[in-house]
Amino acid sequence: MSLPKPVMRGLLGKRLRLHLPLAFAFALTCAAAVKFGVTEPRKRAYAEFYKNYDATKEFNNMREAGVFESVRPSGE
Amino acid sequence: MLASRALSLVGKRAISTTVCLRGGHGVSKIEEYSLPSYIDRLDVPLPDVRYVTNLSPEQKALKEKEKGSWAKLSIEEKMALYRISFEKSYAEMNKGTGEWKTIFAGIMFFVGFTGFIVAWQRKFVYGDVPQTFTSEWKEAELQRMLDMRVNPVEGLSSKWDYENKLWKK
Repeated sequence: MSLPKPVMRGLLGKRLRLHLPLAFAFALTCAAAVKFGVTEPRKRAYAEFYKNYDATKEFNNMREAGVFESVRPSGE
Repeated sequence: MLASRALSLVGKRAISTTVCLRGGHGVSKIEEYSLPSYIDRLDVPLPDVRYVTNLSPEQKALKEKEKGSWAKLSIEEKMALYRISFEKSYAEMNKGTGEWKTIFAGIMFFVGFTGFIVAWQRKFVYGDVPQTFTSEWKEAELQRMLDMRVNPVEGLSSKWDYENKLWKK
């Protein structure tokens, strides 16, 4: 019965040496994925939309469609 | 003395069996559940009592032999000694039961039965939905949303081609 004495100390430290960098890497990867998959395309979409946006034209189209209560379509 | 006389007068049957006489006064009988018990558990490695309490003559002889040198015991004798002290081996104790299959089947069965109840309710209990769910109303709703330019950047109105009055490809 001469088994070697098992490791009794430093178990959490040993686990953290691997898992802490892993956790940080995973968190940073998730953040980067959201940034480049979601927020950057969204910022570009908004920039594109407003680049050639004519507010007056859109307003007149909406007015003619009859959605406003303050101004009725020009025909009435 | 008086108490034992009184108890014998009342009659043995009338008293509950938890009272018995010892030293001339009543002492409650020791119930089995209050004594140390045997249990097979991973976190209780050495139970309070042996598993087998009433040893047969062979088991008694084996226990006597155990008092000598253990090197003289055969494998079967060592196993028999183990089974006297313990009911299950660690492997038998830790083995899974497969009960989860029954539980999961039961859950799925009752979920399915609930589906029947919901369908019956939909047919026989609930009244008609409001008129706002008819296709004419829904079409008018969608037209009004497009007129209002709802979500024009990335959402609904961005998918509609206003020039040609159809959905963008």
